[in-house]
Amino acid sequence: MYEFVTGPLAWFSFTVFFIGIIVRIVLYIRGLDWKADRVTYRVNVAYGVKGALRSIFFWLFPYGTHSWRNNPWFTFWVFLMHVGLLLTPVFLLGHNVLLRERWGVSLWTLPEGVAEVLSILVIVAAVLLVLRRIALPEVRLITTAYDYLMLAIAVAPFFTGLMAFYRAPDYSFWLVLHIICGEIFLVAIPLTKLSHFILFFLSRAQLGMDYGIKRGGMKGKGLAW
Amino acid sequence: MPEGNLCNKKTVDTKEQLQALLADKSGKQYYEEMNHLEVDREALWAAIKKSFKSRMKTWMEVCSHCGLCAESCFYFIANKRDPRQVPSYKIQSTLGELIRRKADVDNEFMQMCMDTAYAKCTCCTRCGVYCPFGIDTGIMFSYLRGLLFSQGFVPWEMKIGTGMHRIYQAQMDITSEDWVDTCEWMAEEYEDDWPGLEIPVDKQNADIMYTVNAREPKHYPEDIAEAAILFHVAGENWTVPSVGWEETSLAMFAGDWAACKMQVESVYAAMDRLKPKRMVVTECGHAYRATVIEGPYWAGIETGKTPVESFHYVEWVAEALRTGKLKIDPSKKIKEPVTYQDSCNYVRNAGLGEVAREIMGYIAEDFREMTPCREHNFCCGGGGGLNGIGRYREQRNVGLTVKRDQILATGAKLVVSPCHNCWDAIRDMEEIYKIGIRWSFLKPLLISMIEVPEHLKPKEE
Ligand code: SF4
Ligand code: SF4
Repeated sequence: MYEFVTGPLAWFSFTVFFIGIIVRIVLYIRGLDWKADRVTYRVNVAYGVKGALRSIFFWLFPYGTHSWRNNPWFTFWVFLMHVGLLLTPVFLLGHNVLLRERWGVSLWTLPEGVAEVLSILVIVAAVLLVLRRIALPEVRLITTAYDYLMLAIAVAPFFTGLMAFYRAPDYSFWLVLHIICGEIFLVAIPLTKLSHFILFFLSRAQLGMDYGIKRGGMKGKGLAW
Repeated sequence: MPEGNLCNKKTVDTKEQLQALLADKSGKQYYEEMNHLEVDREALWAAIKKSFKSRMKTWMEVCSHCGLCAESCFYFIANKRDPRQVPSYKIQSTLGELIRRKADVDNEFMQMCMDTAYAKCTCCTRCGVYCPFGIDTGIMFSYLRGLLFSQGFVPWEMKIGTGMHRIYQAQMDITSEDWVDTCEWMAEEYEDDWPGLEIPVDKQNADIMYTVNAREPKHYPEDIAEAAILFHVAGENWTVPSVGWEETSLAMFAGDWAACKMQVESVYAAMDRLKPKRMVVTECGHAYRATVIEGPYWAGIETGKTPVESFHYVEWVAEALRTGKLKIDPSKKIKEPVTYQDSCNYVRNAGLGEVAREIMGYIAEDFREMTPCREHNFCCGGGGGLNGIGRYREQRNVGLTVKRDQILATGAKLVVSPCHNCWDAIRDMEEIYKIGIRWSFLKPLLISMIEVPEHLKPKEE
């Protein structure tokens, strides 16, 4: 089983992940339409690039925008969760050991304690975000089962990973489950709305170009996000 | 009855159609007919498939339902944090649902969409600034209005408005003759006080071609005279076109994109004909946005720019004050506390926040900002055509309370509002809530403050 999930299944999920992301990018860009969107993407390019970069940059940092600042706790936990979601899998010692075994390459790795804390924080953040969804009427109304499923898919690899790390009874069960959850996560990124992994950047760039080219970017200092 | 006599999918292109609509007082019959209007699902779905592309598709798909947009919407605040006023909810339950159902929807659903797209969203685009993914619900509602229009689901006044644009190339029934007459009349009326005052019509190669909002010739002709006086004092070489003088676009609010194109092309044709160095637009927000910001796209101009460079009135005023063409008499500056209403249509949609502050620096001693302001300002409450729609009066009036409270918090009793829509909304606000404020365009304030050179003063006899 272990061989299968770390072999063919891993190949499969990484392929879906990478090709899926490329397809997302291509489809997004091909679907842009200067007339319908009312943004001259190909003219005034310098303004467009500037607008796009500003629009991504400010939002990439916690408290970088009005919206982040207006919601300090939400921002804190959302960023923490995303940092954990991105850093832990890539720089985990265990993952890199596996990488070296298979392909003879590996990256710099996080100290195990840090990875452990990050994983726990991802789970804590997810729990808090779920509670927020339930507690705030304006968020509860718009929340769907799909949103909970996305959270579950994102958190499952961390939960199962920790169980394996703590050598819970049935270690190999948790390990295989962890790998499968990780692979589900990878596949889900291009195929579900977790595609915001990449679409965040494209969508932000688009609105940034809109502001940079048309909505005042050529006249003022640029929108104060 | 699939199509009504008044409420139908046809556009209004003749005076007879227009008369019939106008004769139906407050749209009684029109809305009655709307209850029986059939949805052409195939055509609707075909239109969506053609126009719903990656930008909006992504917005619709990636919304993580985080609710950050809730507090950005003035309707959410005005309606005591009603979750049904969250932008994400409003758009997902209308356009989102329409797409999920592949346009398999009924009359009731379409009317619900119309009520939401007009009475719960003024297309102010504020929420887009607060969403982590840059999801601009205002733009999507504007798109939804277009779909609704194509199926005949559009408020009565908006249907009339689009008809006016189609027939008169103006939002009101003002012909070219009416317009030119008004200009001549105003020039004569004010000539005694301002010797040499002119409103030059169709002058070639002027420095400025000035264009207006049809309400000015129709209801506030003094506004045209005031513009003339200020150009006169500033020594500008200016003109107005006899045709193509109207900047507004109720068609934009109604989602009648073909009429939008017709309207702005009439102005661009005037530019081509008169070859002015630049165009200046009167104190109107949506007019400027329609003709200067969005118009080039409707007309298919690939640079995204108007044929000659175009400026909003506030830009011209700031420039005139900066260069000394207009000088303010320091003793006549506004002494009382005064605040400024940023129009969404040119602050968030055209970046004209800074020039407004520059002007206030010249004319006011105690200028007080609203909180929030500039690109983050709230809609006045009357945007997106809402001021003019009887069916949604109540919702509009509730929406006004956010701006009311913003104004009250500044402590100022005078609001400078260089936008016809905001101006109306603030006037109505005073009428309804009686908070003891006054409001004004820039022109009359400036005229009361400028230093007039000796040679332009009337000769004492
Ligand atoms: S802020 Fe954006 S992502 Fe969040 S609910 Fe609103 S539209 Fe959706
Ligand atoms: S565009 Fe303005 S009115 Fe419409 S939902 Fe967004 S914030 Fe609310």
